[in-house]
Amino acid sequence: MTHLLEVQDLVVKFGLRSGDLTALNGINFTLNPGERMGLVGESGAGKSVAGFSIINLISKPGFIASGRVLFEGEEISAYPLEQMRGIRGNRISMIFQDPMMTLNPVLTIGTQMVETIQAHNQVSAAHAREIALEKLQKVYISSPGKRLGQYPHELSGGMRQRVVIAISLLTNPSLIIADEPTTALDVTIQAEVMALLLELCKHEQMGLILITHDLGVVSQVTEKIAVMYAGRIVEQGPTASIVGSPRHPYTKGLIQALPQGGSGRGRLHQIPGMMPNLTSIPPGCAFHPRCEYAMDICRHETPRLFGDADTSGLVACHLFANQGRS
Amino acid sequence: MTDSKSLVRISNVVKHFDISGGFLDRISFSGGKPSLTTTTVKALNDVSLNIVQGEILSVVGESGCGKSTLGRTVLGLYPPTSGQIAFREQRIDNLSPKEMLPFRRKMQMVFQDPYASLNPRMTVRQILEEPTHFHFPELSNSQVQDKVAEVMRQVGVDPAWAGRFPHEFSGGQRQRISIARALMVDPEFIVADEPISALDVSIQAQILNLIMDCQERFGLTYMFITHDLSVVEHISTRVAVMYLGTLCELADKKSLYGDPQHPYSRALLSAIPKLGSKGFAHIRLKGEVPTPIHLPTGCVFHTRCPHVDERCRREIPKLLTRPNGCQAACHALEEGRI
Repeated sequence: MTHLLEVQDLVVKFGLRSGDLTALNGINFTLNPGERMGLVGESGAGKSVAGFSIINLISKPGFIASGRVLFEGEEISAYPLEQMRGIRGNRISMIFQDPMMTLNPVLTIGTQMVETIQAHNQVSAAHAREIALEKLQKVYISSPGKRLGQYPHELSGGMRQRVVIAISLLTNPSLIIADEPTTALDVTIQAEVMALLLELCKHEQMGLILITHDLGVVSQVTEKIAVMYAGRIVEQGPTASIVGSPRHPYTKGLIQALPQGGSGRGRLHQIPGMMPNLTSIPPGCAFHPRCEYAMDICRHETPRLFGDADTSGLVACHLFANQGRS
Repeated sequence: MTDSKSLVRISNVVKHFDISGGFLDRISFSGGKPSLTTTTVKALNDVSLNIVQGEILSVVGESGCGKSTLGRTVLGLYPPTSGQIAFREQRIDNLSPKEMLPFRRKMQMVFQDPYASLNPRMTVRQILEEPTHFHFPELSNSQVQDKVAEVMRQVGVDPAWAGRFPHEFSGGQRQRISIARALMVDPEFIVADEPISALDVSIQAQILNLIMDCQERFGLTYMFITHDLSVVEHISTRVAVMYLGTLCELADKKSLYGDPQHPYSRALLSAIPKLGSKGFAHIRLKGEVPTPIHLPTGCVFHTRCPHVDERCRREIPKLLTRPNGCQAACHALEEGRI
């Protein structure tokens, strides 16, 4: 079976006057058709860069330095701009964080939807409107006919994000990349939007890459997780096993730092220090200055991914070096 | 919860903001005749709350429910439209700026965004010294400097960095500095308005621990405003749930999370993303939050409530004490329908 998406040793750099900055340092993962994956990490970990680089949306001075991205078996990372347009927003859609920034404030919802359809397909405006209506119904927008004539500012935040999801569905993509889709929304609206996204992915057999810092949302929606730290994937595997029994000290710390219901009012576990700046990533394992288990080897040798990808997952930590590589 | 321990008492506070704009904006024509209209945002509607000495009272609710307005009104940053605010049983909402001074020292605030709340042109030392000189004019320069160093150590920022500017610090460090600024004047009561929402998860835990440490060490009382319900469950003593400028439920943490009463609290709590849970089991609310310009009649929640009946549409429910000790404002609960 070919994978829906295969990312191989992807390295993304930003060319600065003071030299190249490595934002993404050799990440690998695969996604099967209809599979949902979470990319988790704190700000600056490189999770958004990872999402953007899949469809080559890295703008200057950033560039893909090496590695490949295969989508349905095609090497899309080698595509010229013109060919890439056939992929972006068509077979791979993207949902961004802030729906107010994604939607054009001076065009009606209908105009924006028809425009998207006609950019990718040769259809009449009337037919495009029909498709738009159908997709708005799919995301449970009340009186969709009326919404087509409205401007983004006339809708509430949750409704706008639903319109954005409807737009991303217009061309029946096989993969959706959602970058913090609910961070700007309230908790009840977040639950609605995420439940909708989950239902659509299951129903339409779409793959999903969910980029977020919220481990709770990830565990509700995805089947597997990749945890990122300072430009690398430090742990990846099935959601249940990573959330239930995290192995990498960073993942462990992240999960223990979350206030859990019923735990009383004790002190929260805290990871000392903060994520290093990309200009000064420590040698060896980037996490070692904050790690309570740091050994000598951690200070000079970067750990590779150890373990088994399908069962308990892979972990980039010298503590698990004896577990071999699948 | 006897009244004698009350530190801050909020009684029937109403806050309306007039947003009608200039004279020309207000002219409207009805039936061919021009008339002047006023548009008001009804941010707080008859909120009564008692903050007890030594507790962390969390105020939760979705954006636009008036929780920040409540925090600012309590501190006197907004004058209330009607109602009273008392600190240690002394009314403070009608004081002149001069009379208010001693209370400003006792009541401090920590803001959400540490990037916006620290003056970028002042060094950390200047930021911390300014309020101290202002409120304690009797202290000498060296005494103030000692105090700056001491407070910086208490919040976990190296005093050697006092000469640096805010942009040289990370978000978590800056939030420590804003907390230090509040602590400089020995306050008794701190309003923390979303103090951790701009921070990363691993940094959030550090700041929450600091907030709890300060409470123990200095015997502080907090009003903690947030939308993050898991954080609330961790740190609060009591929780006030707000919806559209109205208090729907006031309960101690355990009974709210174990057995939420008000239909809105139930929906809100069911929507918290939980680690390790698969899929969604949240209570779906119909419709959208109405605007605070045109409040629904009766119970403000009736347009979305699954238990609505005729009485809810016409009569505003009162906050009543429930068998489990918490207070909720709901007709359906009062009548035993749910």
